[in-house]
Amino acid sequence: MSFVSVRSVFQSYDNRPILERVNLEVEEGEFVSIVGASGCGKSTFLRLLLAQETPTRGEITVDGNPPAREPGLERGVVFQRYSTFPHLSVRDNIVAGESFRRPWGRYFGAEKRAARARADETLARIGLDHVADNYPATLSGGMQQRLAIGQALVARPRILLLDEPFGALDPGTRLAMHDFLTELRDETGMTVFMVTHDLEEGFKLGDRVIVFDKPRWDPDDPGAYGATITYDFDARNGGIPFQTIKEQTHVLLPT
Amino acid sequence: MRLINRKPGRAFALFLLLVPFVLALIAYSVGSEIRLAENPADKLLPAPSKIVATAERLFTEPDKRSGRILLWHDTAISLRRLGLGVMLSALAGLVFGLLIGLLPHLRAMFSGFVAVVSMIPPLAILPILFIVFGLGEVSKVVLIVIGITPFLIRDMSQRTLEIPREMIVKAETLGASTATIALRVALPQVLPRLIQSVRLSLGPAWLFLIAAEAIASDLGLGYRIFIVRRYLAMDVILTYVLWITLLAFTLDWLLKKLSERLFPWTEASL
Repeated sequence: MSFVSVRSVFQSYDNRPILERVNLEVEEGEFVSIVGASGCGKSTFLRLLLAQETPTRGEITVDGNPPAREPGLERGVVFQRYSTFPHLSVRDNIVAGESFRRPWGRYFGAEKRAARARADETLARIGLDHVADNYPATLSGGMQQRLAIGQALVARPRILLLDEPFGALDPGTRLAMHDFLTELRDETGMTVFMVTHDLEEGFKLGDRVIVFDKPRWDPDDPGAYGATITYDFDARNGGIPFQTIKEQTHVLLPT
Repeated sequence: MRLINRKPGRAFALFLLLVPFVLALIAYSVGSEIRLAENPADKLLPAPSKIVATAERLFTEPDKRSGRILLWHDTAISLRRLGLGVMLSALAGLVFGLLIGLLPHLRAMFSGFVAVVSMIPPLAILPILFIVFGLGEVSKVVLIVIGITPFLIRDMSQRTLEIPREMIVKAETLGASTATIALRVALPQVLPRLIQSVRLSLGPAWLFLIAAEAIASDLGLGYRIFIVRRYLAMDVILTYVLWITLLAFTLDWLLKKLSERLFPWTEASL
């Protein structure tokens, strides 16, 4: 069995089907981009992966463990907004990534000093050491998202879920964040699911791009059927599906 | 230029700020002047100079019978009642608000109850409080608590519910327990709002305090106002009213400063 296994998952709200018969097998270390039109259940699927909701039918397992009933340590998440804690300084946000699992949610004494030192190392690596004592609200959008990703990663999750993490950023910052994410991923080899509206981004970052769409459509009742995975592209090598370029040809090489 | 885009300069804003105060003072002086011209013994609108003289006497001269300066005694006892009542209410509002906002089971059980209880007019049950708790300090503090706690609980639970779900989920993925989420995520975020709500409920708190003191007490700002009413001592009443206004305004201002001092991160987001 593969690392993340989604088996015949259905999800409906008030008898309105949102997702139908979703099946997906993902190996450890894969980066899966999730794309699709608005209202096609992308975010619902991510919430199911996060175990924030439980599916009406079917199950999702990670590493063969029984399906989770609530979000926990094995899943890390970064949302488009509200992913950092506004009342904690940047450094304390990173420390929280490790300390929230403790009985009082904090470290004391020597442990605290060690955790702060580790947090400063993390901040230096993600380029936020110069604002360690600031509050997140004073940071730019890109810096806040970098902090959110750093915070999620120090908790060492098995899978990382990103819900349009760069949706609110300007194009330049977005490119910088792509490099940042690629670097972190090369370092950690983590399994990542990313919901995005940007196809280009999905193909650039992902190993696979899965597309959510409604396979059946009732023109008199658009809400009658739910969405499922309609395409599953191999996006390695810059998104040229199922091709490995062996020699220089006239085909543009992916950058 | 549209009126909504016209802004006063610094000096002019200060001038505008003072205008209503000055106008009110002038209106009072003129009214007082007219009445006193007709009848020098008129007690209804004493001259401003007389109020100042009375205020000086009240603030500095001890009472002939007890040898104490009554105004300071009244102030101390009233502030103690008010402080105790407001602090107990704030504590109850915070604890129950957090619990109701965070835990669906408690929400299902209590949100309806609190909504109904908050509709009971507190002054209507004042007689019950006097019967149950006697005429001493307890009944006055309890009236304030009963008067403002339901509002604080409802407000705090609403504020807790307004914390973005994403933030709570994020804390969950970092392995936080319910207690950790309550203490390290929800509590720090609703504390500034608690101070806001307490500021808003200070008005009702003063109302309940003065009402309770007026009905049954032997010391306190509200008691004093209502006792001197019998002698039509408008100068004393007005002095007390101004003094209470000043106290209420100062409390409000102190809470605002306290909030800015304790929660600098709320400023950062503005």
